[in-house]
Amino acid sequence: MTGAAADLIRQPASVLAAAISAGEVSSVEVTKAHLARIADVDERVHAFLQVTAEAALESAQVVDAKCKNGAKLGSLAGVPIAVKDVLTMRGVPTTCGSRILEGWCPPYDSTVVSRLRAADMVILGKTNMDEFAMGSSTEHSAYGPTHNPWDLERIPGGSGGGSAAALAAFETPLSIGTDTGGSIRQPAAVTGTVGVKPTYGGVSRYGLVALASSLDQAGPCARSVLDAALLHSVIAGHDPRDSTSIDAPVPDVVAAANRGDVRGLRIGLVKELSGEGYQAGVLQRFNEAVELLQGLGAEVVEVSCPHFDYALGAYYLILPSEASSNLARFDGMRYGLRVGDDGSNSVEQVMSLSREAGFGAEVKRRIMLGTYALSSGYYDAYYGQAQKVRTLITRDFNAAFEKADVLISPTAPTTAFKIGAKVDDPLAMYLNDIATIPVNLAGNCAMSLPVGLSPCDHLPVGLQIMAPPMADDRLYLVGSALEAALADKWGHLLIEEVPNL
Amino acid sequence: MTGITRDEVAHLAKLARLDLSGAELDHYAGQLDVILQSVARISEVAAEDIPPTSHPVPVENVFRDDIAMPGLDRAEVFAAAPATEDDRFRVPRILDEEEA
Repeated sequence: MTGAAADLIRQPASVLAAAISAGEVSSVEVTKAHLARIADVDERVHAFLQVTAEAALESAQVVDAKCKNGAKLGSLAGVPIAVKDVLTMRGVPTTCGSRILEGWCPPYDSTVVSRLRAADMVILGKTNMDEFAMGSSTEHSAYGPTHNPWDLERIPGGSGGGSAAALAAFETPLSIGTDTGGSIRQPAAVTGTVGVKPTYGGVSRYGLVALASSLDQAGPCARSVLDAALLHSVIAGHDPRDSTSIDAPVPDVVAAANRGDVRGLRIGLVKELSGEGYQAGVLQRFNEAVELLQGLGAEVVEVSCPHFDYALGAYYLILPSEASSNLARFDGMRYGLRVGDDGSNSVEQVMSLSREAGFGAEVKRRIMLGTYALSSGYYDAYYGQAQKVRTLITRDFNAAFEKADVLISPTAPTTAFKIGAKVDDPLAMYLNDIATIPVNLAGNCAMSLPVGLSPCDHLPVGLQIMAPPMADDRLYLVGSALEAALADKWGHLLIEEVPNL
Repeated sequence: MTGITRDEVAHLAKLARLDLSGAELDHYAGQLDVILQSVARISEVAAEDIPPTSHPVPVENVFRDDIAMPGLDRAEVFAAAPATEDDRFRVPRILDEEEA
């Protein structure tokens, strides 16, 4: 890789976009630099399941031609992006990290992908994930784990480990993730990147292969708060193809990121999302960030959300229940893997054989858990009760937002752990999402951004900012101010400290 | 509330159309029991009079304008199918032998 190309891959998306539209660099050059980087390092990182090099270069050429003709371009035109493999992209394999969809080429684009295309962005490929987004480490991908660029023996978080690792490895300046219980934020935390779960209904779910429909939300992943805001504004907004999409203007996240100001803002520390179970190094960096926010003029108050203690339990009943129902569509009849169709097996036998062969261990575990929770005799005690707890968690948020404009907590209780450490210990794995799950249950929005390396293991620590529904701009207002103060202290963004691969 | 047996796991697998092996049944029986015991904690919350939340943004009867839009491309859909015959999806027999 030449010096110029090595420099291009480290640039923020905002800088690349400006340089492309000013004609200082072509989208083809930028795209080629990133494709070369992927060719160099992805064998070790394994962030990508599919690299669409040819299509990427074609879209880059189209942008360059438009630019030459003086056409008006979008805010991220010509900038490369990677898409989590749970969003459909016409004609490109979309596997959701599962064998059951190996090689499946969807006949349509998801709305998120359509909007990226309409914004003249260059899609580099599809990123690795835990199978059907079930997991917190990307180890549950049927195609093998993704490795964390900070330490290749460690997990990059999950389920969107591919999208986060691709950013930290400088394979792409932007990526798309999806977050059902923390799958954007927890990977962001453990890879030293920025990830945002928008308000539920803020980004269309059309073409997002459903895990738990009432929790799933796609969002932006980036290396800086401003870059995340630019991508947020490209993908968000009402879509008539998703009946749960919110028909209201998108909060001005870019203006908020540009302003970055916490003076006079009330920031609530959630008592229940701290203390026991959180690593000392994580708490230390978190507490330092709180002091920094205070120094910037924020008023810090403590709030209590007593029902958050039950969020994990409610989530692991609601999610498997919805998942067991959503994943019933993978029956090997119209698309996907079919096994045992030998002329003698019945359709039911073929379905059972196909699903047994096509699904991995965690997916089967959750399908059976959901089937159990929804079965007669258990429905009220499990699913019914979980839905009531969900109401109480939303009420806790409402009460907390009376006292504070945003809430904060560590994003994850630990830094990145070793690959293999928790892979067959479901409860230990589920605890990774203890701080991120309440937001999915209530449907509001949250961001994770890096606040330093843990003094214990020198791995990234993330801080989570939570805001009320449709107040996504507050995440960027606070995130941007904190990011700038930290960069001032260190002389650079944390991501600059990632080891050379 | 908990105590899930191997037979129950086998029944769940049948309902969920998963042809699990014997070893998988043993493995999941233990794990599902541990998970269920852990999530059962939610029963501690007194919530009789609390309305359930099925969806974070309550919406009802959402309609889009009734405008014809192109459907999926037939050839593309069939290209992704496991088996086709005469421009249709071909599926295995739908009746069990005793029903046939």
